[in-house]
Amino acid sequence: MTTSSNLVWLIALPLICSALLLLAGKRANAWGHLVATAVSASAFAIGVVELFAMLGRDVQDRPVTQKVFTWISVGDFKVDASLLLDQLSICFVLLITGVGTLIHIYSIAYMSHDRDRRRFFAYLNLFIAAMLLLVLGDSYLNLYVGWEGVGLASYLLIGFWNEKPAYATAAKKAFIANRVGDVGLSLAIMIAFATFGDVTFKGIQAQADQASSSAMTAIGLMLLLAAVGKSAQFPLQAWLGDAMAGPTPVSALIHAATMVTAGVYLITRSNFIFDAAPTAQLVVIIIGVITLLFGAVIGMAKDDIKKALAASTMSQIGYMILATGLGPIGYAFAIMHLLTHGFFKASMFLGAGSVMHGMKDEVNMRKYGGIGKFMPFTFITFGLGYLAIIGVPPFSGFYSKDKIIETAFNAGGLKGVLLGVATLFGATLTAFYMTRVVIMTFFGNERWGHKDEPHESPALMLIPISLLSIGSVASGFLLYRNHALEYWLKPIVNPAGEQHLEELVQPIVVSALAVTAVIIGVSIAIKKYRGEISSEAPVKVNLLTKAARRDLYQDDFNESVFMRPGQSVVKSLLNFDYKVLDGLVRLVGGISIGAGQSLRKFQNGYVRSYALMMVVGVLALLITVWLMSS
Amino acid sequence: MLNTALEIGTTQQPEAVMFWFLAPLSVLAALGMLLVKKAVHSALLLAWVMITLAIFYIAQEALFLGIVQIVVYTGAVMMLFLFILMLVGVESSDSLIESIKGLRAIAITAAIGIGGLLVALISRATLGRESVGLARANQDGNAFGLAVEIFTRHVWAFEIISALLITAALGAMVLAHSQRNKSKFVQRDQSIARFRKPSLAEAAGLPGSGVYALHNAVDVPALLPDGKAAPTSISPVLEARGDMMESKKFEMKPAEEEER
Amino acid sequence: MSIANYLYLSAILFTIGAVGVVVRRNAIVVFMCIELMLNAANLAFVTFARINGNLDGQVVAFFTMVVAACEVVVGLAIIVTIYRSRRSASVDDASLLKR
Repeated sequence: MTTSSNLVWLIALPLICSALLLLAGKRANAWGHLVATAVSASAFAIGVVELFAMLGRDVQDRPVTQKVFTWISVGDFKVDASLLLDQLSICFVLLITGVGTLIHIYSIAYMSHDRDRRRFFAYLNLFIAAMLLLVLGDSYLNLYVGWEGVGLASYLLIGFWNEKPAYATAAKKAFIANRVGDVGLSLAIMIAFATFGDVTFKGIQAQADQASSSAMTAIGLMLLLAAVGKSAQFPLQAWLGDAMAGPTPVSALIHAATMVTAGVYLITRSNFIFDAAPTAQLVVIIIGVITLLFGAVIGMAKDDIKKALAASTMSQIGYMILATGLGPIGYAFAIMHLLTHGFFKASMFLGAGSVMHGMKDEVNMRKYGGIGKFMPFTFITFGLGYLAIIGVPPFSGFYSKDKIIETAFNAGGLKGVLLGVATLFGATLTAFYMTRVVIMTFFGNERWGHKDEPHESPALMLIPISLLSIGSVASGFLLYRNHALEYWLKPIVNPAGEQHLEELVQPIVVSALAVTAVIIGVSIAIKKYRGEISSEAPVKVNLLTKAARRDLYQDDFNESVFMRPGQSVVKSLLNFDYKVLDGLVRLVGGISIGAGQSLRKFQNGYVRSYALMMVVGVLALLITVWLMSS
Repeated sequence: MLNTALEIGTTQQPEAVMFWFLAPLSVLAALGMLLVKKAVHSALLLAWVMITLAIFYIAQEALFLGIVQIVVYTGAVMMLFLFILMLVGVESSDSLIESIKGLRAIAITAAIGIGGLLVALISRATLGRESVGLARANQDGNAFGLAVEIFTRHVWAFEIISALLITAALGAMVLAHSQRNKSKFVQRDQSIARFRKPSLAEAAGLPGSGVYALHNAVDVPALLPDGKAAPTSISPVLEARGDMMESKKFEMKPAEEEER
Repeated sequence: MSIANYLYLSAILFTIGAVGVVVRRNAIVVFMCIELMLNAANLAFVTFARINGNLDGQVVAFFTMVVAACEVVVGLAIIVTIYRSRRSASVDDASLLKR
C-alpha cells in the first residue's frame, strides 16, 4: 500500500494554527483570520494534490496510509495513530477543506464586526482539524478522537455567543445529545475489539465474515446510535434546530455540510459490518425514513429561516441514512447526495446569512418578504440552491436524490414500494417547504416594517456563495456522469461489484415520478403562499402545524420522558445523599466529636486528675482480683 | 483452718499492747497529714508516722531497718523535706478548697474502695503454712543476717541500687544547677539600683529589725524616725508564716511626746 | 493479736497516702504522701519477712528505702527547679498540657 508523508499536515496545519490563534491572544487579532483562511486553503491544496496523485495510480494502489506514531502499545494490543486516505476519504477531505475554505473567506466579512473573530477562526480551524482526523483515521479509535473533536468544536461554535443564556443552553443540548451517540460509538469500538481483537478498519474487514451475526448486529446498532447522535437523526434530532444559535457560517459548515454528515460517513465506512448485519441495516432504513419525513414536516412549519434550513438538513441526511441502509448499491448514492447536499445546503445557509446580514440579524421569515429585488445576487444563488435541493433537473440534487429514490424502489417487494413512496412523498414535502422559504423570503409583500431597506452583502461574502452555487448546480451532473462516483467508490463500498437486484422500476420512470412529486409540492406551496403573508404567525392552525412548530413535540417528549424523571431521580438521590448518607456521616462525626468532648474533660492538664485515674485504675484491678478470687 | 484465712500466728501480749497503742496514732497522724493546712505540719506528722513505723520494724525483729528508718528517713529525708520547704514552700499556704470539680469525692470513694478491697483480700489470703518468725534467720543478729543476704544473694541488686543512688545525686545536682545567663547582680549593681529608685528613702539601706530588743527581735519590725513601724524590716517569710509580732505597743505616741 | 494486723495497718496507710497524692496541691506535700505510701509498703515487706521466716522481705524494704531516697532527691530537685521558674509549688499551676 502506498504511503505518504503529506497526510499528517492536513490535520497538523489547522490544529497548529488553531492553537496559535488561541494562545497568541489579542496580538493575533489583526491577522488571525487571514492565517486561518490560508491554512484552510493550503489544506485544500494538499487535498487536491493527493487527489491527482491518487488518480494517477491503479485502482488497487489508490489508498494512501501514513503511520504518525504508535499511540497505544500494551502487550499484544497495539494502536497506531495512522492515517488512511482512500477513495472515500478524499471525497470528504475535498468537501471539508473546499467548503471550509469558502466559509472561512465568507466569515472574514460576516464576522468582521465581532470582537472575538480571532477566536471564531481558531475554533473553525480546530473543527477542520478534527473533522479531517475523523475521515482520515485508519481505525475506529482514531476516528473516535476526531469524532469527539468535532463534537467539541461544534459545542464551542454553537455557544460562540455564550453571553446569551439560550445560546449556551443550545450548545450544551447539542453536546449532551452528541454524548448519547458517542456512548454508542465507544460501545461499538469495545464490542468490535472484544470480537475481533482489532480496531482498524482493515483488520475488522478482513475478519468480518468470521464473526457471528449477533455481534455484527450489536456493533451495527451501536454504530447507528453514534450516527444518529452526530447526524441529528430520529430520535436524537432535537439538538440540531437549537444548534442554529451559532453564527451562520458555523451552521453552514458544521451543521449542514460536514459534521452532521459524519454519521453517513461512519455507516459507509463500516459497510462491511452493516452488510453482515441485515437487522441493523433494516433499523438504519427505518431511522432514515422516519427522519426524512420528520424533518420535512418540521421544516414546513418553521418561520425561522435557519431552523427551516436545519429541519431540511435533517430530512436530507435522512435520505442519506436511508441510502446507506440499502446496502452496497446505496452507499455511493448516499455519498453523492452528501456531496451535492454539502454544496447546495452550504450555499443556502450562506445565502440565509447574507439575508440576515442585510436584515440586521432578523431570522423570522414573516418579517422578510420581497427581498429579492434588494439583494439580487443573494436571491439568484439561493434560488440555484433551492432548485438543487428540490431536485429539478439538471441541478445537482436531482441526480443524487433521484438515484436514492430509484434505489429505494429497487429494494424489492413491498419494502421497495413503501420506501419508494416514502422518498417520493419526502421529495414533495421538500419541494413544498423550500418553496415556502423562497416565497416568504424573496417574494411577496415587504413585512420588515420601519427598518431600513435591506442591502446586498459585500463581495467577500458573495464570492464564496457563488462558488458554492456553481458546485450546487454542476456537482450532481459531474458525479453522476458515467457513474463517476459509483465506480470511484466501488473498491471501498462495493468490492463484490453488486448490481441492482432487479430493475423493478425503470430509472426514467423514477425520474418522471420524482419530478412530478416536486411539481406537486411546488404548486401547492405557490398556491398557499401566493397572497399576502401575515407578519405574525397565524394562531388558528391545524394540529400537525402546531406539532411541527414545536419540533413534533420532541423536546416535550425528551422533557417528560428523560428530563423530569431524571430530575426527580436526581432529587431523590440528592435527598437520600443529604439525609441518609450525610446523616450517617454526620452521626459518625457527631459521635466522635461528642466522645472527644467528653473524653477531653479527663485530659484537663492537671497532674492530680491523672493521679486520680491511676487510683481508679488500681481500684479496677483490685475489683478484678476480687472477682477472680471469689 | 490454714486454707480459710491468713492464720499467721499471734504475737506476745506486750507487742499487742504496743501495736494497739501506736497503730491508731499513726493512722491519725497520716490522716492529719491530709487535713492540716501547712506543709510544715504535714512534714512533722509524717515524721511521727515514720517513727511509729520504725518502732513496728524493731518490734518485728527488723532492728537494722528500724534504725535505718529513723536515721535515714526521719533524720535525713525528712530534714531534706523541711529544708526544701524552707526554700520554697513556706509562703504558699495550701488552701483546702478543691479546685477540680468532683475530684475529691471520686478520690475518697476510690480510696475507700481500695482500702476495703485490700483489707478484704488480705483477710481472705491463704499462706498454706504457719508463720515462722525470724528467730532462726536472726540467730547471728539481724544486721549480720541482712548483711549476708545483701552481699551474697542480692549483691547484684545492691550494686545497681548504689549506681542508681549516685545517678540520682548527680541528676539532682544537674537539675538544681541553673545556668547563669546574665552577669551576677553584685553589690555595686545593688547600690546603683538603690539610687535609681523613684525616691531616695531607701537609698541608705533597709532598716534592720528589732530596734527594741525586748523580744526575739527578728520578728519585731523596726521603727522609723516618725515612730511608725517599718514593715520592710521584717523578712517576708516571717510575714507569710504569720510569725510577725505586732509592733504597735512599741510605737511612740504623739500625745506622750507633747507631755514631755 | 494477729500478725495480719500489721498488714491491715499497711493497707490503710497506703490508701491514705494515695488520697493525699490526689487531694493535696502543694507539690512537697504530694511528695510526702508518696513517701507515706512507700513506707506502708515497707511495713508490709517487713511483716512478710517475719511471716516467711527469712530476711528477703527486709532486704527488699532496704532497697525500697534507697530507691525512695533517690526519688526524693530527684523529685525535690525538680520541685526547686519548677519553683525557680514559676514561683509556685502548686501542682495545679503546672498544667500547661491543658492548652
